[in-house]
Formats: sequence, C-alpha cells, structure tokens
Amino acid sequence: MTTEPTTAPVPNFDDGPSDRTLAIICSKGTLDMAYPGLILANAALGEGAQVHMFFTFWGFDMITKKRMADLKFTMLGNTATHMPQGLGGLPGMTAMATSMMRKQIASIDVPTVPEMLEQIVASGGHLWACQMSADMMHLTKDDLYDAVEEIINASAFIEMTAGAQLLFI
Amino acid sequence: MPTASINGRQVQVDAEGFLTQYDEWDEDLATVLAAQIGIELGEEHWKAIHFLRADFKEQGETATLRRITTVGGIPTKELFELFPKKPAKKMAYIAGLPKPRGCV
Repeated sequence: MTTEPTTAPVPNFDDGPSDRTLAIICSKGTLDMAYPGLILANAALGEGAQVHMFFTFWGFDMITKKRMADLKFTMLGNTATHMPQGLGGLPGMTAMATSMMRKQIASIDVPTVPEMLEQIVASGGHLWACQMSADMMHLTKDDLYDAVEEIINASAFIEMTAGAQLLFI
Repeated sequence: MPTASINGRQVQVDAEGFLTQYDEWDEDLATVLAAQIGIELGEEHWKAIHFLRADFKEQGETATLRRITTVGGIPTKELFELFPKKPAKKMAYIAGLPKPRGCV
C-alpha cells in the first residue's frame, strides 16, 4: 500500500520579535571560569536572544587589555582536578596547568578569550564594565577592551536588563 | 526518517523538516527551503550555503558560525544580517544539513 507523502514540516525559527534577553554577570578572572559566560552568551546570541554581559570584580580581567589574553588556571582549591592539592602550590604548577588547559581548549577549536569576546560583539552582544571595579582597580575605559560600551554602575545594569534572565558566574 | 514532499519533490526529512540525505539537496530545493523561512537567496547567501555544503562533505559535520567566519571568510556580523536571529540553524536548513553540533 502506498500513501501520498505529506508536505515536509517547516522548522519554527521563532522569527517574531524576540523579547528574550540574557544578562550575564562575569565575576571570575580565572581561565576556566571565563568560558562558561562566554560560551553561553555566544549560544544565546545564536538563538536570537539579546545578551548583555556585565564584568565585575575579578571578571574585570576578562576585559582588561593587559590581562584578557593571559588568564590563568590553578589547581589550588580546585578538587575537580583530582590531583593532590599540595602539588598545585609547587612553583610553576599554575603556569603548567594553564598551558595544558589552553591546549585542551584549542584542541576542540574553541577560541581564546579575546576571540570569544570579538565573536560575541560581532553577533550583537553588549559588553559593560562595572564602575566600582574600575574605581577599585584604578582603571579607565582606555584600559579596557575596545568593544566595551561603557563603564556603568550596578543599578544601571539592573535597570537596563529589567525582565531579563540572569546568570551570575 | 519520513519521506515528505517539498515543492512536489519527495525527500527524506527529520521531524522538524531538515533534510537528512546530503545528496537529495540541490540549488532549486535550497531556494524553496529559503523561501519557506522568508529568505530570498542572493549572491552572499549562496556563498555561505556553498561553503557549508563543501565543508560538510570534507568534515562530516555542519560548520558552526565561527568556522564559517574563520575558514569560510564570511564575517559573523554579515551572517546575522543574511540569516537573521538564528543564522547557524537557518543556514543548515537551507543547505540541507543537520544543525551544527559544536558550541562555538
């Protein structure tokens, strides 16, 4: 028995005006903790959501020109490496662990932190820097990655992302 | 995977409507697929679609936006303009390929 083939479904790409906004607060400055926010921001943009990233405290290292390409990973205090904690404190271990992690990240074709930021901005994402962190670290907009739109305070960010889904990392 | 008809042609598609057989795709079909999601294919669109097709043939995987930018040479910003909102998925659909698997 043969049946007439049905008309193929057309995927629903949700083309209506999207009100989905993701606010991502990046508060960590280690190599391993920089990536979750960057990957999720990139994924959300690819799904048509708006993304605002707010860099605060140690997260400032992710957007500080002098440091953004040089974030580190340490085994110290991180039991998920399943290595004896004493090892992590030996001279050179942080440099070695960092270099290993960079290689692992590169091996799966995931770009560096500055390249991730570049892609996020190219995809329409917005980057904001925390006023208090800038004041504490005596940094001005000139010290920050060029695509950072402005240094704003916490309430400005909260106001700007009213109704957004929020991630604190 | 079910057989379904697109513009009078019988093809294999998945539950969402993505083509599942690489060789069932051709440019005429792509034009129809694109029109179904509101895109009229111009020269720049074709450049991206042809890159995706060729890259899939070599790699066995659908290229991510980043790969289309770094290897295919089409800026990410342009991809968002050509295929608004969900460029990676829309391109895969028009190119008759599965959605990209990679995160970046």
